[in-house]
Amino acid sequence: MAKIIAGLASSHVPAIGAAIDNKQTEDPYWKRVFAGFEHTKKWMAETKPDVVIAIYNDHASAFSVELIPTFAIGCAAEFPPADEGWGPRPVPVVKGHPELASHIATSAILDGFDLTIVNKMEVDHGLTVPLNLAFGSPSAWPCPVIPIAVNVVQYPPPTGKRCFDLGRAIRKAVASYRDDLRVVVFGTGGMSHQISGPRAGLINSKFDKAFLDGLTKDPKKLAAMPHLEYMREAGAEGIELVMWHVMRGALDDKVKELYRFYTVPASNTAVGHIILQNGLKSSARRPIEKAAPRKKASATTSAKKLVSKIR
Amino acid sequence: MAQAKSKETKNEYEDIPGTFVFNAERSRQGYGINMFCMSLMKDENRKAFKANEAEYLKKYNLTPEQTDAVLKRDYNRMLELGGNIYFTAKLGATDGHSFRHLAATMTGSTQDDYAKMMLEGGRSVEGNRSKSGKYDKPTRKAAAKPRAAAKSAKKSNSSKKRK
Repeated sequence: MAKIIAGLASSHVPAIGAAIDNKQTEDPYWKRVFAGFEHTKKWMAETKPDVVIAIYNDHASAFSVELIPTFAIGCAAEFPPADEGWGPRPVPVVKGHPELASHIATSAILDGFDLTIVNKMEVDHGLTVPLNLAFGSPSAWPCPVIPIAVNVVQYPPPTGKRCFDLGRAIRKAVASYRDDLRVVVFGTGGMSHQISGPRAGLINSKFDKAFLDGLTKDPKKLAAMPHLEYMREAGAEGIELVMWHVMRGALDDKVKELYRFYTVPASNTAVGHIILQNGLKSSARRPIEKAAPRKKASATTSAKKLVSKIR
Repeated sequence: MAQAKSKETKNEYEDIPGTFVFNAERSRQGYGINMFCMSLMKDENRKAFKANEAEYLKKYNLTPEQTDAVLKRDYNRMLELGGNIYFTAKLGATDGHSFRHLAATMTGSTQDDYAKMMLEGGRSVEGNRSKSGKYDKPTRKAAAKPRAAAKSAKKSNSSKKRK
């Protein structure tokens, strides 16, 4: 039986990908951002998931205005990096897990989620940047990845509640899969940012911090937040945060917050990152570090390592 | 059409300043702009466009206003006429510009000033919530009124108290 052991959320700023590709990660501006993911890379290397399910959005790469699926699951064997106008990113081809993906699609559709099935798809920075942040820059990604694309480009995206419930359906599907797989779910995008129009550059750290708090502690209430509030408070493109609810919905009601990182800015965006671990009897391997409890996390520019010790 | 328009303006998100929400109406209007931008994902198309921009655009049935906005690289106008930032960014990339460069251009500030604003924590939401001023008085009070906004207001309150 497959099992979701943890969830991870992270921004997916394209400039982070460009900094990696152009070898600027040691520049002071970028070092501040990448330092916040050092712990995560260690944690991932230790946790060694068998599969990652990555909730992300396509930025007019695989889907244009010709076709706008609200939820689309990648069932292909592989997903090449897309050319976003600069040539494809020099990252490994993403290998899928067609069997588990098809199983999730079947289970979720019969559960009331009419997922769009995608058998050929290129993936953009929305997917590959979080993979870099979690795994570094290996010559091949260490495990198969099932991409689930969410429309956040044309208004309206699915509601937070619907995203959360999709997470629930994914959780149910994974639990009924025949093989023993340990799965980590990624939610990507956000946090506050606006990259369009005269209000571009908007950042709301107070909102972001409250969102991170709510995600851990009171996810159902958080998922009820209406779209208007994301757009007004966290910027027009901050609405990407609805995708984090899919990840959260796939986890237990009560989770352990292992780690949190927040910094402003990366390009136009507030970078937020969190790792949530499932249940007390989680099958995740032991954590490798510990640090201060979550409450002390602050919306400052410094990297903070906040891992609670597992009891 | 007129009816649809008046409905759209009732959408509360139209009250957010400096923002063009890419809704179904803009998507219909901007189909040509966005499909033109999509074509720039291919290197040969980028080259063809750069070689003769006006000629290249003819394939996409843009209105004269849309064509003008593209040729002038008026990014706000493109958004207003139905372009979407994730699409128009491909035009930016074709010109060698990043998202941040485009964002700075759209705000009307210099690249340096915009970069400085971002390093200092970005544009504050205070005073930037609504054209009508509905949400822009004292943050928490204003947000606490409509039921829709109560959640984050409560959250920022409680996170304050914890400190």
